[in-house]
Amino acid sequence: MNSVELISALTTSLTYPDLLFIVDKDIAVVAIPASKVADLATELKTRPEFAFDMLTDLTAVDWLGKQTPRFEVVYHFYSTSHNHRLRVKAAVDEGQPVPSLTKLYSIANWFEREVWDLYGIKFARHPNLKRILLYEEFKGHPLRKDYPYDKRQPLEPETWPVRELQVQMEEGRKIHRP
Amino acid sequence: MALIQNNVCWGTPGDNILDYVLGWARKYSIFMYPFVTACCGMEYMSVASSHYDIDRFGAGLPRFSPRQADVLMVVGTVNNKLAPILKNVYDQMAEPKWVISFGACASVGGPYDNYAVLQGIDRVVPVDIYIPGCPPRPEVVLDGLMKLQRKIQEQKHEI
Repeated sequence: MNSVELISALTTSLTYPDLLFIVDKDIAVVAIPASKVADLATELKTRPEFAFDMLTDLTAVDWLGKQTPRFEVVYHFYSTSHNHRLRVKAAVDEGQPVPSLTKLYSIANWFEREVWDLYGIKFARHPNLKRILLYEEFKGHPLRKDYPYDKRQPLEPETWPVRELQVQMEEGRKIHRP
Repeated sequence: MALIQNNVCWGTPGDNILDYVLGWARKYSIFMYPFVTACCGMEYMSVASSHYDIDRFGAGLPRFSPRQADVLMVVGTVNNKLAPILKNVYDQMAEPKWVISFGACASVGGPYDNYAVLQGIDRVVPVDIYIPGCPPRPEVVLDGLMKLQRKIQEQKHEI
């Protein structure tokens, strides 16, 4: 199926309210409220005419001050049997959890941890929702638009620790530095 | 005091002949540990290979174990998760040891003023020579290496 055929098939077969179907630059796009994502993904994966068996990407967009709700979680699905693709956009507000897709797609585990790490979007019923790229002591979520680009974290050293050198000298260790 | 001719530090035996001899020996037998993390590594390879040839300065053999090296050359961007590893590598080097910061990223963070990148390795390890440039030309690296040799020649040495 090409994108237009896919969109028309989806329009006739999916019965959720608040769905928006468009074809954007040759790829079929479905916009949906975040609470319906797991149901939609189950249907897309199990129905044989769609058979979206692969989740190629999962990321998020922060539309701070430009759209409400603030965040958009973007899923890219691919069908290895039919060779067609679909993009699903789920609008989600700050603090509102999104249903996790880990039961359907194992790769969603790490993707959702990354989105939590960098955007602070929570995923409901995720088995292990903790930071994946940054360290546990990191404060905030750096890809949010209101995170200052030059903010320094508490664990970042400001200067070379002079105190440590003094302690070494007091202990009588040989310092070869001039 | 040091005698400098043609931008090369020859050194003169001053008050302490031991400092002079040890400095002379150590400046011509530099074993570098290349801590290469980013694109500056290409310039480092250019410096190390035959066209620019740092073997002329006695620094031709990189050692890939910090325990066998005495100059830590940090080449490229160091981010916050890598900083403890850099500190660990520095701590494992045996005295006497020196540090060269190669390029803008290692020196001050370069263009990356963000949440991930360490704003200069001097926040983690003490640096002797900073080499500017993004990436530095090989000539500048040779200049930095000669400045380090001069520093080694002129400093106090202990056994």
